[in-house]
Formats: sequence, C-alpha cells, structure tokens
Amino acid sequence: MLWYLGRRLLQVIPVFLGATLLLYALVFLRPGDPVAGLGGERGLPEAVQQQIRAQFHLDQPFFVQYLYYLKGIFTFDLGDTFTGRPVAEVVVEALPITFQLALMALAIETIFGIGFGLFAGMRKGKFFDSSVLVLSLLLIALPTFVTGLVLQIVVGVRLDWLPVTAGRDPDFISLLMPAVVLATTSFAQILRLTRTSVIENVTADFVRTARAKGLSRDKVTSRHVLRNSLIPVVTFIGVDLGNLMTGSIVVEGIFNIRGVGGTLFEAIQRGESVTIVTMSTVIVLVYIVANLLVDLLYAVLDPRIRYA
Amino acid sequence: MTTTISLTDGSTEDAPVPAEKREDGSPLLEIRDLQISFTTATGTVDAVRGVDLSVYPGQSVAIVGESGSGKSTTAHAIIDLLPGTGKVTGGSITFGGRELVGLNRKETEDLRGSEIGLVPQDPMSNLNPVWRIGTQIDEALVANGFQGSKAERTARVAELLGEAGLPDATRRARQYPHEFSGGIRQRALIAIGLASRPKLLIADEPTSALDVTVQKKILDHLEVLTAELGTAVLFITHDLGLAAERAEHLIVMYKGKIVESGPAAQILQDPQHEYTKRLVASAPSLASRRIQSAHERGTEAADLLAGHADEVEATVSDVVVAKDLTKVFHIRGSRPGAHSDFTAVDGIDFALPKGHTLALVGESGSGKSTAANMVLGLLEPTSGTVLFDGKDVAKMSRKEQFALRRRVQPVFQNPYGSLDPTYSVFRSIEEPLALHRVGDRKSREARVRDLLDMVSLPQATMRRFPNELSGGQRQRIAIARALALEPEVLVLDEAVSALDVLVQAQILTLLNDLQAELGLSYLFITHDLAVVRQIADLVAVMKDGSIVEHATTDEVFDNPQQQYTQDLLAAIPGASLEIGG
Repeated sequence: MLWYLGRRLLQVIPVFLGATLLLYALVFLRPGDPVAGLGGERGLPEAVQQQIRAQFHLDQPFFVQYLYYLKGIFTFDLGDTFTGRPVAEVVVEALPITFQLALMALAIETIFGIGFGLFAGMRKGKFFDSSVLVLSLLLIALPTFVTGLVLQIVVGVRLDWLPVTAGRDPDFISLLMPAVVLATTSFAQILRLTRTSVIENVTADFVRTARAKGLSRDKVTSRHVLRNSLIPVVTFIGVDLGNLMTGSIVVEGIFNIRGVGGTLFEAIQRGESVTIVTMSTVIVLVYIVANLLVDLLYAVLDPRIRYA
Repeated sequence: MTTTISLTDGSTEDAPVPAEKREDGSPLLEIRDLQISFTTATGTVDAVRGVDLSVYPGQSVAIVGESGSGKSTTAHAIIDLLPGTGKVTGGSITFGGRELVGLNRKETEDLRGSEIGLVPQDPMSNLNPVWRIGTQIDEALVANGFQGSKAERTARVAELLGEAGLPDATRRARQYPHEFSGGIRQRALIAIGLASRPKLLIADEPTSALDVTVQKKILDHLEVLTAELGTAVLFITHDLGLAAERAEHLIVMYKGKIVESGPAAQILQDPQHEYTKRLVASAPSLASRRIQSAHERGTEAADLLAGHADEVEATVSDVVVAKDLTKVFHIRGSRPGAHSDFTAVDGIDFALPKGHTLALVGESGSGKSTAANMVLGLLEPTSGTVLFDGKDVAKMSRKEQFALRRRVQPVFQNPYGSLDPTYSVFRSIEEPLALHRVGDRKSREARVRDLLDMVSLPQATMRRFPNELSGGQRQRIAIARALALEPEVLVLDEAVSALDVLVQAQILTLLNDLQAELGLSYLFITHDLAVVRQIADLVAVMKDGSIVEHATTDEVFDNPQQQYTQDLLAAIPGASLEIGG
C-alpha cells in the first residue's frame, strides 16, 4: 500500500513538469505582444513597457522564462499579475469558489445519476427506463451554454426562483443554478453507465444466489446489485472531477462567477502567462489527486484490487 | 480406495431409505404436471412440458439430462428463480402441503433459504466478489431470522464453514472469494445453502466445475452432512454416473419431459426408454474400452498399405517427442524488481508415436495445457526441446516453423469461443487454406465440402454461422478446420469436455474414425480419465508440472503404479457402478 502510494506520488513530479512546460510553450507561442495591449487605445509609454517586460522576463528566451517560473514555484513565489497582485492571492481567491461549484455539481450528478440509473436498470425496457434514456441523450447533446441560458431565462427571469447570476462572493443559493448546468452532461453519462452496470449485475449468478438465500428484494438490490455496479461509476466520477474544473470555464462565464474558470478566461484574454500556467497547473494537479483518490476508493469497493 | 456405495444387484434393500418404502407417507416436495415457457422474440418456447416428481423427507433424488433438457429450469421454478422471461404456465408445486406457484414476493422470500436451500453450479461466479465469505453467510442467517448478537452470528458462521469442511474457519470467514480455490468456494456455497437448515437442498450441478478428486471429497462431505441433518437433496446433473452414485432415485429428463424415473440401480441396469438406453450406453466409465471399430479399420488400412509398400511399419516412429520440457513463468511482484518464478511444466518427457493417441491427463493447474501450447509452438519452452519428426522445433527457421504449423493443428475446448462468430462456416474452414495459399478459390471450396463430409455435416452447413449450430456441430467444424491443411498431428485440448455425453461419444467416434482413415496422431489433453480410456493408446498423468506416470492406457487403468493415479481413478463418478444390462 505504501509502496503504491509512494509510486503514485512520484508520478506527480514528471506530470507536473510536463504540464507546466507544455502550457508555458503554448502561451509563449501565442501571437501578439501582451504588454503592448495593456494601455488601452493609446498604449503605455515605451519606458514602462520595457520595465514590465524586464519584470516578467518577457525579453528573455523561452527556456529562461520557464526556468524563472520554476524557480518561482520552488521558492513559493508565483510572481505577480500585470496589475501587480500576487498570482498566489488570485489563486487562493478563485479556487474555493470553483471548488464549491464543482463539488455541488458532483453531488448533484452522483446522487441523481446513480439513483435514476439504478431505477432504470432495475426496470429495463419499461416506460421509466425508455423515457429516462431518451432524456439522457438529449442532455448529452445539449451544449452547456444552451442549458445555461435557458435556465437563466426560465428559472431566473420568468419564474424568479433563483438569482440569474452569481457575482462576487456567491453563496450556496446563487451557485445552485450554475451547479445544475455544470452537472447536466455528466449526470446523463453517470445515469447511462449505472444503468448498464446494473443490468449486467442483475442477471449475475451471485445475485441469484443472494435471492436463493432468502434475502429481501431491497437487500439484494442495495448490497449485491448496486454495490457491485458502483465500481465502474466511481472511475468515471474521478475522471469527471477534472472535467468539472474545466467545464467551469464556460459556466462561470455564463453566470459571471469569479472562480478558476473566470480568472483563467480573463488571463488568457490579457496574455498573462504566469496566471494562465499557474491556474491550468492547479487544474492538472486537482486531476491527478482526484484520480489517485479514485484508485484508492476503487480498492475499497473491489477487494480483488490490492495495491501493494 | 472405492469408498462409494456399490449399487449392484439387490443392494437397494440396503440403501438408507428407499423411495418406494415411503410411498404411503406424504412427500416433502411434489411437482404435478409442471409447465414452464420462455417468451422469445420468435414466440414462446416450452422448456418444461408436464413434469411430475416427488421428493420425500430425507430422500436424495437426482434429475439427469443434457443441456437444454429442462432440468435446471424445473429446479429453479421451485424457488421462483426462473431466469429472464421464464414463467410457470401450468401445473403445481407443493412443498410440505403448501402450493408454491403463485406465492407473493414476501412469501417466496420467506421460503428461500429457510425451507429450501440452493447450492448453485459455478463456484467462481456465485459468490459476490466484493463481500467477505463470512458476511455472505451472515446475510443468510439474518435474512432467515437467526436470533443472536453480532458475536453469536460470527461464531455461528465459523461453525457453518467448519461444518462444510473448511479448515481454520474463523480466519477464512474474513477472507474474500478471490482468495479461495474453486473447491473451497463450493464448500462456502454449501455452508450458505445449509445455513438455515432447510428441509430441502437443491444442488444444481454443484461440482461440475471442479476437478474430479475435489468433486469426490465435496460430494462425500455433502452426503454425510445432509444425512446427519436429515435434509432431502434434489441433485441436478448431466453426469449419469454421479447421479447414480449420489442419489437413491433417478429422474431422466429429455427435451422438457421426464422419460424415465425410478431407483438408481434399476435405471442403470435396466433402462426402459430409448434415450436412457443411449445415455447409459455412452456414459464413459472405467468399464468402457477403447472404441474398437476404428481401431480394427485402422489395422485393415495398415494391412492394405503393407501390401502396397514393404517398408511400412517395421517400427513405429515417434512423430512428436518432448525432451526435458520446462516452462517457467515470471510473475512480477509488487515491489520494484521483485518477482517470483512459477514452474508450470517441470522437465517432462513424452513421445507420441505416429498414428497413435497420447493422452496428457491432469487436474487444473497440472501444466497439461502449457505443455500442449509448447508443442503447438504457441509458447516458447524455458528449456528442453520439442522434436518433430526428429527435428528440433526451436532451431527451425521462421519459414520452417510456418510450414510446421500446417502439420500440427489444434482443436480447443470451447467450440463457442474458438470459432469467430462473424465468420461463416465456410470462411472459418477456408481461412487456414487461404493463409497457406493452398489452391485457388474453386479448389478450396471443393476441399471445404470434402472436409464437411469427413466430419459428417451436410455441405449446406458452410453457408451458416456458428450461432446457428449446436455445440457438437461447432466442434465438428473446429475439427474440420484443423484437418483442412492435412496435418499429421492434432492437439486436442479438452476437445470434448464441454459437450453433453451423447455428443461427446459421437465426437470421440468421429476422431477415432479419422485417425484410422488419415493416419493422424493425437495429443489428447483432458482432465477426464473416463474419456482417456475410450480414445488413448498411451497415457501420461501430470501433477504439479511433472509426469508422475507414463504407460499404456491398459496398464494405467488396470494397474496404476502411483497413489495419485489411483486417487484419480477412484474419484471418477460411477467408478464402482455396474452400468448397462
């Protein structure tokens, strides 16, 4: 177990280096001069531009810039944004909001996805199953910004049940609609995955044995059908946590939330390489940690998997 | 070594409680005119058509039949566990005087486990892999109203496992199914089936997935246990020998109907129905001998040849020789660099004489299939050599090895898995011909027709697909494919093990005939000694990667030298029975 954990944590190092290098290269290859665009219509005086370029090492070759960035990370100094705020501060401010949003979405898609999927799988071919299948296809096909805008108009403006946008320091209520929008696609996928898995397990020999033992229907369903069906679903949820972080870029845009997605979006528009790379790296790290957690959870759910 | 009950003439009087003596008492289970149908896309299929049977308290009854005969369907209907669209469409099932057909869900759940227990067929798939063994037994106790604290339940679970013959039961209860062998899992399933002391135990092919020595131990144990507890047992099996050995009363089912029913000994010695007669006649047992017809024809053929050319058959040469053949598998360990070695085949020697059959016999894990794969060139030996016609296979060039493949062809166990379901029969058989660029399209088609004739299938079969054929027909196709390139050696890896006994007998006869006609040499891999007796000239018994005994078939069967061989022989179901009248 410790060996396994150690090996997995060691894997984080090359992933981290590779991700930052790749991101840095992508940002570097962007056409245009970010500093030139900073001063609006008139532009900044040449001297100030030079100073900013020197401060952010923008006048240096690519690898030097990257090494400066790495040095910053290992000395716990992520650098400043163009406006002078430390990047670390921006990250610390944005991360919790996105995290809350992602977790809310995760809870919504997991609870409803598994619930509906189980129900549909147990009633394969019946009315509920067929209608839920069609609905899930529809949800997968609809892009996030469509569901987002429709919900904003119907639930936010017409019915006035929930706030239309979240804004600064959003609370649970104002994040509810964005979380639902963020969750829709994955909800439909979890539903379908659970349904397939349940259908497969319902006819398994050990389920018949469990029934032959005299277990009640509910016990058989919860302990033998659902429990075993969760194994593939958990894998999906782990991968999905990363998708939720990136999916938040669109959703935060629609609902005007200043989380990781919103900040990243602005940084990309400004060409602020340090912020872009740092924010993206945070998303990569969340992805790695989430997958590690899923693999550990996997071993809890399926005793045949042992990490030694 | 034969500790089994001997059911020779007149011994029914000694049997514990013969069925006939209880006719006046009331039966525990009574099935009258049971009808079961399955709804399919093309209509309804009647799986069980008017079955009547009775099981008296403490009695053991066996239903015998081939796959698709409706034996398992009948058994599952008793506890309302019919698969899929199966439905009881008529008749009645009474248990202890109570009608079971039409019980509501709650009543059925109360009945299962506490009144009627089930020991299912495949120990590998019938335990839930994610729960501890103990938990799965504990569940059964709780569901059937076991009163007691957690600690009392844990103690009871250990007691039940111990009773089912598991050593070190307390520790075992905390382990997961994947940590157990098939035999131990089956014991756990028996513990589950008997956990709440049911009056009737349905044992659905309880040991068909296990090695014969393990099967014997488990069935012996089950017999003692159910006798002690006074549990009635309803055996479901395809194995006539096993049924006769383990049950007092036999019921033979064929195509959804009972064709014969009566005391075990009586059915074996004096079968009335045509189907039962065929079943008894083709049941492989120790009493059977090498299939003769083909052998005789083989001798005739040899005589004819001898008249033709003088040099034939002075001494039979060995077509395949294995010398000190060893295969070691490296198993990667968890820690960096750590690994262990597993010796699957440990320095074995054998020789397959031309035109003869050598059987490699052993239980699962004995290394017999690994040895076969090395002969086929599918696995590279770690050390040792395979000589083909005196030439070392390992030293051949790639081209020579490719040519060698034509001369050695395999037939595998599972005819459902070894034929590509998307290939027509023609394409399956033609593929090796096309691959080795034999002839043109026309001549290849003619060859496929010949091959189908050879395996006694109509030529029209070549336009069909594997899913339209029965298991026996598919195995014939697999044999035809193997013969396409006119090989000299066939490696038959459990080639008849998945087949029902009547089909098995047909395929064995076919193989014998082909051997005589074409002068083939067979390397026959099997776990089934009874089959060996019917087909092999020479036997090599394998255990833990080594050959423990290597002699002619008659020597091994009539005078086994090793304790292990003796155990294997004694464990064959029906070994001590006199079959046939």
